[in-house]
Amino acid sequence: MSDGYVTPDGRTIGGKVLEMRNITLRFGGVVAIKDISFDIREGEIRAIIGPNGAGKSSMLNVINGFYHPQEGEILFHGEVRKPMKPFQIAQQGVARTFQNIALFKGMSTLDNIMTGRFTHMKTNIFSQMIWKGPAEREEQENREIVEKVIDFLEIQAIRKTPVGALPYGLQKRVELGRALAAQPKLLLLDEPMAGMNVEEKEDMSRFILDVNDEFGTTITLIEHDMGVVMDISDRVVVMDYGKKIGDGTPDEVRNNQDVIDAYLGVDHG
Amino acid sequence: MLYREAGDFKKSYAEDSQTFPLKLDRYGYYAILAIAFLVVPFVINDYWASAVLIPFLIWSIAALGLNILTGYCGQLSLGTGGFMAVGAYAAYKLMTSFPDLNIMIIVLLSGAITAGVGVLFGLPSLRIKGFYLAVATLAAQFFLVWLFNKFEWFYNYSASGQISAPTREMFGFEVTGATASASSKYLFCLVLVVLMAWIARNLTRGRIGRSWMAIRDMDIAAEIIGVNPLKAKLTAFAVSSFFVGVAGSLIFTVYLGAVDVGDTFGIQKSFLVLFMIIIGGLGSILGSFIGAAFLVLMPVLLKNIMVGFLGWPSDIASHLELVIIGFLIMLTLILEPHGVAQLWRVTKQKLRLWPFPH
Ligand SMILES: Nc1ncnc2c1ncn2[C@@H]1O[C@H](COP(=O)(O)OP(=O)(O)OP(=O)(O)O)[C@@H](O)[C@H]1O
Ligand SMILES: [Mg+2]
Repeated sequence: MSDGYVTPDGRTIGGKVLEMRNITLRFGGVVAIKDISFDIREGEIRAIIGPNGAGKSSMLNVINGFYHPQEGEILFHGEVRKPMKPFQIAQQGVARTFQNIALFKGMSTLDNIMTGRFTHMKTNIFSQMIWKGPAEREEQENREIVEKVIDFLEIQAIRKTPVGALPYGLQKRVELGRALAAQPKLLLLDEPMAGMNVEEKEDMSRFILDVNDEFGTTITLIEHDMGVVMDISDRVVVMDYGKKIGDGTPDEVRNNQDVIDAYLGVDHG
Repeated sequence: MLYREAGDFKKSYAEDSQTFPLKLDRYGYYAILAIAFLVVPFVINDYWASAVLIPFLIWSIAALGLNILTGYCGQLSLGTGGFMAVGAYAAYKLMTSFPDLNIMIIVLLSGAITAGVGVLFGLPSLRIKGFYLAVATLAAQFFLVWLFNKFEWFYNYSASGQISAPTREMFGFEVTGATASASSKYLFCLVLVVLMAWIARNLTRGRIGRSWMAIRDMDIAAEIIGVNPLKAKLTAFAVSSFFVGVAGSLIFTVYLGAVDVGDTFGIQKSFLVLFMIIIGGLGSILGSFIGAAFLVLMPVLLKNIMVGFLGWPSDIASHLELVIIGFLIMLTLILEPHGVAQLWRVTKQKLRLWPFPH
């Protein structure tokens, strides 16, 4: 298989960051994911779409270690990944946001985004106790990176606001900020635009494209808004009832008969 | 505008994240420190030392400790009394086994030993949460009290079953034992309080503190930012128990001098410290002090009023005292679940803008 490709808008896409091979995930009798294989390549925006209950969120949960598939294997940067805990996968450079916002409600916007730097901060508990010296220096260095994220997302004004007091759209943005602060190798976004108005969706699309463009971050996102998906993604996986029914560029997927059937609600027999 | 930050601009991230961002707060803090170190030791008498100041200082350390575990990390514990007992008995065994060891080192070492015991009892916290964890720590409370009663080795086979602290000096001043002066005992505790509050503040402002709060607010999200839940919880148990152990050690060595484990470190003490942080403010350093001050001062005040001033019998007064404290706890829970510290924060916010409504 060839390594990488060039997108219509001229970006060079690299080798496989993540490869899912024949993944099957069951919950008791329910098969959430049925024998699915696909890959995510360096620098691309990869979308996963499908009707409600198709198994999209379950797929992200498999990638970041919340769920462990009964069958199949996952390759990260070409190596088979042992079963790992979510925090270990985060330490490998995988960050994500949730379909239902999962912010730290008792903390400010700034602190929430600072938590995203956790895997990059190393000073031990004794330095932390003394603060002056290594701990403070490390805090300042990471604060600078976080301030860049805050500027990038245009949320300077709510820096000190407790996140619980923010409107939904801004909370989604802060959650993206926390994931971005981790400077991840792979960024997973579960419905980043759900429940947003048109303007907020445009902002969010712009942020996603800019992150990918400026930092070369590999992004995998789940989204229901077809217009948005077709606009911003390089390749799309389509799921329905736990199965993969399509995989390719937005144009290929759009013209795939199985996909059209699934979305038009054709009887599955 | 009495309380202002206008003109108080921050020029660096370090300035922006300092402990007292407002000048007025900073000066207030320095003033309190100056009075505590330079004035109080010269005017203190035995009554004030033993009824108010020393218990306030020691319970503040215990409240800081429980606040780290419960307020910052979200792990409810009812084992505070038991962990204080660990600190006290560790201090006793160290003092009697190593008579030449400096008392400051004894106190800090007994905190370290308590930290180890705390980690042991914190292990179940990975699997059990909330109510069930509280029950597990309650079991620890009863187990520890039983342990120190049961095995005579812990009290060096003394006939009374009590432990009592020998005299120890610091810089030539006696700080433990019957003849230690009020001011040297007070200063010894004060130094430890300042040290411990400084540690608590530093630990809660950075990487580790944020990992605790992340676990408290949403453990699933904490994992996806790379926090190892077991590690975060166990560090919280360790640090918290260190504080609580130091407090227990001080109660025994400096404050009471002799201890019967069931009386001094029973389940009521676990609740007392919990009430302190609820009233003062969960997840707040200042709140730990406010809560300790409140629950130490209030009984003294009520007793003076009811027994001394109104002349009521003291048993009625002490029952009424419980009722009043219970009532106040309910009141804070209903009116301001974040405690008096939050009330203070909100008031400051308003004073900052006063007299303009916006
Ligand atoms: N923890 C779980 N326990 C049992 N069943 C689960 C669990 N998580 C997911 N499922 C089931 O797996 C299937 C796929 O769910 P999933 O949340 O992955 O769908 P989705 O494609 O993200 O849907 P939506 O668009 O509504 O978010 C559903 O039938 C769901 O009920
Ligand atoms: Mg979903």
